[in-house]
Amino acid sequence: MPLTIDELKAKSKQVRRDSLEMITEAGSGHPGGSLSEVEILVALWFRVMRHDPKNPQWAARDRFILSKGHGCPALYSCMAHAGYFDPASLKTLRKLGSPLQGHPDRRFIPALEASTGSLGNGLSIGIGIGHALKLDKTDARVWVVVGDGECQEGQIWEAAMYAGAHGMDNVTLVVDYNKKQLDDMVHKILPMDPLGGKFAAMNWNVMEIDGHNMPLVVDTLEESRKVKGRPTCVIAHTITGKGVSFMENDPKWHGVAPTKDECAKALAEIGA
Amino acid sequence: MVREFPMGPATREAYAAALVELGKTNPNVVVVDADLSKSTYTAKFGKEYPDRFFNVGIAEANMVGIAGGLAHSGKIPFCSSFACFLVDKAYDQLRIAVAYPQENVKVVTSHGGISIGEDGPSQQSIEDVALMVTLPGFVVCVPSDAAQAMDLVKRAADHKGPVYIRTGRPKVPTVYTGGEFPFGKARQLEDGKDLTIVANGLLVAEALKAHDALKDDGITARVLDSYCVKPLDAEAITKAAQETGALVVAEEHSRIGGLGSVVAQCLAANCPAPMEQVAVDDCYAESGSPQQLLEKYGLTWKHIVAAARKVLGRKARPAAPPPTAGSGSAEENATHPFEV
Repeated sequence: MPLTIDELKAKSKQVRRDSLEMITEAGSGHPGGSLSEVEILVALWFRVMRHDPKNPQWAARDRFILSKGHGCPALYSCMAHAGYFDPASLKTLRKLGSPLQGHPDRRFIPALEASTGSLGNGLSIGIGIGHALKLDKTDARVWVVVGDGECQEGQIWEAAMYAGAHGMDNVTLVVDYNKKQLDDMVHKILPMDPLGGKFAAMNWNVMEIDGHNMPLVVDTLEESRKVKGRPTCVIAHTITGKGVSFMENDPKWHGVAPTKDECAKALAEIGA
Repeated sequence: MVREFPMGPATREAYAAALVELGKTNPNVVVVDADLSKSTYTAKFGKEYPDRFFNVGIAEANMVGIAGGLAHSGKIPFCSSFACFLVDKAYDQLRIAVAYPQENVKVVTSHGGISIGEDGPSQQSIEDVALMVTLPGFVVCVPSDAAQAMDLVKRAADHKGPVYIRTGRPKVPTVYTGGEFPFGKARQLEDGKDLTIVANGLLVAEALKAHDALKDDGITARVLDSYCVKPLDAEAITKAAQETGALVVAEEHSRIGGLGSVVAQCLAANCPAPMEQVAVDDCYAESGSPQQLLEKYGLTWKHIVAAARKVLGRKARPAAPPPTAGSGSAEENATHPFEV
């Protein structure tokens, strides 16, 4: 059953807590970008996407690709709570032998539609899947989540140009626009604005939203299903490290694990 | 007297013919190209099956990603461009979207090697085999003529997993009239006891000519067509080393990382034996006619004969003496990164 907005908000807190605990336990990972994408992932996995954890290879399922593979703790948490694997296994993140690899790996989790981690790859793979779905006359949808820094990769623009030109209307791209990349603020490294304008110029339907406003995230993603003749790009304005005051808007938390004390402080802020 | 071969179609032409046949029998076969379909000849498939043909424009990275997505959804994508553009520009995508998830993508490139001629080194691929053999799970093939290319392309469609096939631009000598060329095997074309010439691609016909020239001098050479670089037919190579005691490996590729390197690894592990290479030295070529380039960069039967004599000399003595500076031909004095 799709969750209500209140239930989705509660699920988001759960996913934030899981992500922080997983990264702390692993001693490494990417908290900033895991926390910024939470509402997007929770809305997709618990409300918007058509999928069945009991039948992960269902031909008519929607396909999800986390192109910004470093945000996988939040993805693993969503998939576990959706029923793809035991939430108890989340603590094995990044440990030898765990299916929960440092970046998403289809060899260990066949329900993943793509192995990612080298930025820029996900949209092209999603377009290939979108073509195959159309050839098979399936109305399933492809959802691809990329980072804003990731959009500095040339391949994203090859793919954006192509999807726009070919009217790939079964593809929705969500940009987790958290304004941070590893070295510094995105606008200091290589500014992306106007990001929406770039996609619009390539024949995409562009919608810009507050990526933490759950009802808006849900409505926008669902709206994208109805757009015909063009792919949709949702620019979700988000905050890196969202939910934890000392992580928010600080590029330092792109790729550093919290200590146990920092994690406890963070969990207290997020609350139950 | 060295034998003459009738000229046949280019291996890229055979690829296109095989694709069109595959399109007829297998509705899952789709083709992705990056604005070189009139040169790779995949346009022939596109004309027959427009709904299964995707020309992505000049965007190789996106092309390989799309191929990965198509394969993930049960299609059998054949993905084509010039060897240097596809492999070199989209290597990350070959790794992330194809090799790592072991997607069922068939990468078939054209314009391999220096025999593309006048367009020059920016279009001449001398690195592709080296790059492709290091990607886990890829089968890597270099066909020598049209019949072999045709068989390998059809075989690739039936094989579950990623395959790389390098075809070429020029029309090539007809070595085969047909036949089966399973992955992981080499084809013995001649037998001999003094040495073995291992070759693939354009160098197979040259190896057979070298065999004839050596025979006139009383030297008998076994000739192996090692069309499949990976998995290598280690059994045939090891047996050749055991039975003939010396090898020449000939290929239209950099001497580093291609068939020569793979054979050397096999020999080191199973049966060390003196080996010489006929390959492009660690350098880029230039513009010129294909035949001029093959001669200037040392890829003809005459070069194989010279390498055979050299390796036979090494076979006679246990250790090679240090090279003497200033004497011998330029070829003998060239610095080869894998030689002491």
